[in-house]
Amino acid sequence: MSASDRLGAQAEPSIEGVTRPRQQDAPLLSARGLKLAFGGVKAADGIDLDVMPGEFLAIIGPNGAGKTTFINMTTGYLRPQAGSIEYDGQPILGLSPRVLVGKGIGRSFQLPQLFTEHTVLENAALAIAARAGLWSPLVPLLRPQWRAEAMALLDRFGLAPLAEVRADALNEGARKLADIAMAVALQPRLILMDEPTSGVAAAEKMSVVETLVRVLRDAKVTAVFVEHDMEVVERFADRVAVWSQGRIAALGPPETVLKDPAVLRDVIGIEPAHSHA
Amino acid sequence: MSGSANSLSRPAGAAPARSLGEGLPALLGIAALVLVAWAVPWLKFVLTIALAKGIAVLGILLLLRAGQVSFGHAMFLATGAYTVAFVAPFQTEALLLLPLAALLATLLGLAVGLFVVRYRDIFFGMLNLALSMVLYSLLEKLYEYTKGTDGIRVSVLTFAGLRPERETQEWLMFGLALLLAVLFGLLVRAYLASPMGRALAGIKTRETRLEFMGVSARRVLLFAYVLSALMGGTAGALVAMTSRHVTPQLAYWTSSGELVFIAILGGAGSALGPFLGAAAFELVRVYAAAAVADAWQMILGAVLLLVILFAPGGIWGMLAGRLRRSA
Ligand SMILES: Nc1ncnc2c1ncn2[C@@H]1O[C@H](COP(=O)(O)OP(=O)(O)OP(=O)(O)O)[C@@H](O)[C@H]1O
Ligand SMILES: [Mg+2]
Repeated sequence: MSASDRLGAQAEPSIEGVTRPRQQDAPLLSARGLKLAFGGVKAADGIDLDVMPGEFLAIIGPNGAGKTTFINMTTGYLRPQAGSIEYDGQPILGLSPRVLVGKGIGRSFQLPQLFTEHTVLENAALAIAARAGLWSPLVPLLRPQWRAEAMALLDRFGLAPLAEVRADALNEGARKLADIAMAVALQPRLILMDEPTSGVAAAEKMSVVETLVRVLRDAKVTAVFVEHDMEVVERFADRVAVWSQGRIAALGPPETVLKDPAVLRDVIGIEPAHSHA
Repeated sequence: MSGSANSLSRPAGAAPARSLGEGLPALLGIAALVLVAWAVPWLKFVLTIALAKGIAVLGILLLLRAGQVSFGHAMFLATGAYTVAFVAPFQTEALLLLPLAALLATLLGLAVGLFVVRYRDIFFGMLNLALSMVLYSLLEKLYEYTKGTDGIRVSVLTFAGLRPERETQEWLMFGLALLLAVLFGLLVRAYLASPMGRALAGIKTRETRLEFMGVSARRVLLFAYVLSALMGGTAGALVAMTSRHVTPQLAYWTSSGELVFIAILGGAGSALGPFLGAAAFELVRVYAAAAVADAWQMILGAVLLLVILFAPGGIWGMLAGRLRRSA
């Protein structure tokens, strides 16, 4: 683990050569010493991580390393057995997902959680209505204002043509995007995405991620995302955290971390290139 | 629509019902009811009871949308009915008794609801059943107040201060039940199209997502539950005023089962389903009981079996499908 990388990350050029603003502010999310074991399995074994405002942080690591567990802990779905989490300078440990959503922490799921009996449009509109807190039992969900807002949201994700399709009829890639769209509809400041591109057809993957990144940047959302595709990580992450057996094995900008021989061997499963002098 | 997976928990008629207008079938249904009530006077009573039960079944429909089945909703019906029976000696005005009965059932619904919405599926169903049986035993055992299984006769009522003769009174009750059925039908329709109503299906499929949208799934279900209690109480008041006699049988678990039966028979896809189901149920009961006194339950059972096997969208689902095809 190269601790020096953390500072180095903050002035790295980002996608499309645009230099992202320096992030000297206080971290938006700050986890310290998170521990959680399921029986004998240490899904979190002392996680320390700061997420800076505006950054895109990728989490990589083998199956069962505890990536989803980290998201579950920071969104209030699981309570760590030890440690602390601060969001925006406030301790948030023990708060429910519902409360944390209200504070601006959104998430998408490894297995998309859509309302399968409803159309994509209704799914989006429900999220918009939820944010508005306007749960009037008499006003139609698809009233013009929310329908328009939901359509605009779907349009940003390239999902508009699927608006009238029932969610359970979508393919995996569209389901993932719709799942993220619902999280974005709530206008979070921080979004945690669990494998946003798994299930997206290889040919579409880059364009899907580009769309996603554009939407999130436009909305000024800080993002943490679990990702298995190293090309995606390399192109879109400001920093990458390598998870291994409930611990962070490496943290830094992708240029450095993804060249680390130990990471290549243990996480990506490639023997370090011997051609290199 | 994905395939034709027939599942009870899913309102299979939902999609066709939405694309098909419900207004015309509703108007035709109302016209048919009035016509039958006028042509066959003794059926007026049967149809009034059917309308009342349809209102209670609307509440079952709401819970079905959330994938929950209450086997105890007769407790709200009984609450409404006994409220009328208890208060009628002191206050004979039907137009006051009715809202009072609805209010008490709503309050009971809120108290019970706060407890049962923490549970799902079989636990939800059984808790409702258990609580309704507590009410049943109270009604049966507190003889001093309830006259036990003999029940209570409801004293003669006044309508807006008047005491109409019998025939007029029957028409008044029929009209009142019809009016309330239409109002509650419209209310439920609007509710099911609202975010609150649309979120009910989220309880069945994705409760986690609801929570991650900042929405309390329990509150979503509680609202539906309280509304269903309100409608149950209204139905009970109508039943008591129409039949002029209340017994603990109203709260018995078979009465709750009957409401679920009617909901499935009529179809959960539309607010019209409960009324189609209730009318079919009461008519089959009356005619089957007259034709084959001992076997009418068997006939009803067979009807339900056929519906589940061949028309999971219920009578409404069948009608909607047919209308759509001929359109
Ligand atoms: N709720 C739970 N109950 C029991 N064990 C759990 C639970 N959640 C996670 N685990 C275990 O904790 C470990 C970490 O799981 P987690 O889902 O966080 O891994 P992951 O890194 O997201 O893996 P993947 O890449 O497969 O999604 C695994 O061994 C998993 O079986
Ligand atoms: Mg995972």
